[in-house]
Amino acid sequence: MSTPVDFLLWVRGPGFDIALVVFIIGILIRLLEVLILGRKPDYAEPRGGELGAGLRTLLTRTLPEPGTFKRSPFTVVGGYIWHIGFFISLFLFVPHIELIDATIGLSWPGIASNLVDAVAAVTLVTLVAMLFSRLTHPVKRLLSGPEDYLSWLVTFLPVMTGYLAYHRMIDPYPLVLGLHILSVEILMVVFPFTKLMHAFTFIIARWYNGAMAGRRGVQS
Amino acid sequence: MAETGKGMGKTLAQSLRESGVSRRGFLKFCTATASMMALPPSMAPAIAQALGKAKRPSVIWLSFQECTGCTESLTRSHSPTVENLIFDYISLDYHHTLQVAAGEGAEAAREAAMRENKGQYIVVVDGSIPLGNPGYSAIAGISNLQMLEETVAGAAAVVAVGTCAAFGGLPHAKPNPTGAVSVSEIVKDKPVVNVSGCPPIPTVITGVLAHFLTFGSLPELDALGRPMAFFGKSIHDRCYRRPFYDKGLYAETFDDEGARKGWCLYRLGCKGPMAYNACATAKWNRGTSWPVESGHGCLGCSEPDFWDAGGFYNALSIPDSDITRQAVYVAGAGVALGAVAGAVNRSKQARAREEHEPVTIDDLDKRP
Ligand code: HEM
Ligand code: SF4
Ligand code: SF4
Repeated sequence: MSTPVDFLLWVRGPGFDIALVVFIIGILIRLLEVLILGRKPDYAEPRGGELGAGLRTLLTRTLPEPGTFKRSPFTVVGGYIWHIGFFISLFLFVPHIELIDATIGLSWPGIASNLVDAVAAVTLVTLVAMLFSRLTHPVKRLLSGPEDYLSWLVTFLPVMTGYLAYHRMIDPYPLVLGLHILSVEILMVVFPFTKLMHAFTFIIARWYNGAMAGRRGVQS
Repeated sequence: MAETGKGMGKTLAQSLRESGVSRRGFLKFCTATASMMALPPSMAPAIAQALGKAKRPSVIWLSFQECTGCTESLTRSHSPTVENLIFDYISLDYHHTLQVAAGEGAEAAREAAMRENKGQYIVVVDGSIPLGNPGYSAIAGISNLQMLEETVAGAAAVVAVGTCAAFGGLPHAKPNPTGAVSVSEIVKDKPVVNVSGCPPIPTVITGVLAHFLTFGSLPELDALGRPMAFFGKSIHDRCYRRPFYDKGLYAETFDDEGARKGWCLYRLGCKGPMAYNACATAKWNRGTSWPVESGHGCLGCSEPDFWDAGGFYNALSIPDSDITRQAVYVAGAGVALGAVAGAVNRSKQARAREEHEPVTIDDLDKRP
């Protein structure tokens, strides 16, 4: 018998296993294939420390650069809003914390579910606005390829289906919860092989930029 | 309709009067039934009239791979309320646990009821049917499958009572050693109503029978064949602890402050969000309480495969897999593959360096 419950059990069982394996292996491959390349040894005498400068750049590059902000305020503000909203929905919602606790044994306090709900709504609206801007702004449109739209979609779907599940907008519930988890699994599978990898690589890239500048004694 | 058994030919109203049930008590039951079936209260007199005139239909109750919990639930139903009497005043012509006759006499009663009420009797089933080996469960030498097919052939409708009959239930749980299936996997040409629950709420069982008596038809069903009136909303939708869920206030153990304050039981494994049943409104034990009210999460017992849906004390959002125990191997595989990819990239880099030919001004000048 194939019922919505069967579907939910599949996405929560084998489906989740497959997605997690692809996700972990994918990320390790993508990180190691870059890190193992290494750098040529630098024989010049260092003029400053790498560690402090690297960490500082990690932070400073996270803040918007005034010039960029003036040129495209919408992209900058929208980008912040949905990233923060996404993280709040993902990491401060109690059912998610339960999941993380069960998977890796770490847990922290969550926030009220109806607060998460409001944040999720803002995130959804912002993501739609970002897509609209990408489609209508001539330059952004020119720069966008299939991978950009795919990344948007697999990011949008978990938030949307989570919202639908919370409000029980699709009946029966096991179906909508199953769709939510499936959408996350699609995200996990696509993640390592697209620009979404930036969620991990940005740390290396920013740290490296800062560290190199620090070594040469210049500002990054 | 049925003319077998005691009290033949009497209408329900007559029978009830003789048992000392007042007209007022009867109307109260009709109003309650109307509201349970999500009908407007103005329907109550119509129900009373229809029920008053109804004659007792013949009911054949078949018990297959079951634990008798469903019968226990039914017989403990708020006795001696009107629901119970309604049950008494159907003509229960065959039921292992409740009938007096035994052995061949019992089987003869079943056959007689089938013959005399051909096309009109109701078959109630509890328990699942083993397809693996007929010997796993047989009655009077007849396999469950054969008895079901034989009995259902002349029935008006079939009511699958309990999650085992409705969806396979416990016998169907992994690894399903007997090859257990639900009634609806076998009965395809008769209307089947699933009254799921482990066990189902007694008033829901009697409610479905009352609906049949009242309207002569079966109630509206959901996608899983369950009466919408009782299974149309989830436990979570009707749960009085829901405001705590929305506020993010959860009990984390069964005796912490949250538990004492009656907060939501999601973190303690409550499956209320995925369970469709009437517990929160119909309640149990004469309307005394229900599982969530008594401080324990819902097990989701009215849903298919609830035995296999992860631990009863795991939150609903937790994936049901033991992948985390394999995480070390997965990470190992990732590191190994990453090392290979890194080596490939290094050799590519080395080759590129070797094959690299510097371009001079002269080379560029040669180009057109
Ligand atoms: C990228 C990852 C994820 C994102 C962005 C995400 C997002 C969301 C959002 C926005 C909500 C609705 C919150 C609200 O409106 O209050 C939600 C609900 C939910 N999510 Fe996720 N989610 C993710 C991963 C997961 C995973 C992996 C699971 C489980 C395996 C899960 C299980 C749930 C559950 C059980 C709910 C509650 C639905 C309800 O209240 O009925 N989520 N999620
Ligand atoms: S106790 Fe269970 S059914 Fe009630 S609100 Fe919490 S999760 Fe939902
Ligand atoms: S509360 Fe849930 S598990 Fe308990 S009887 Fe009702 S549906 Fe079944």
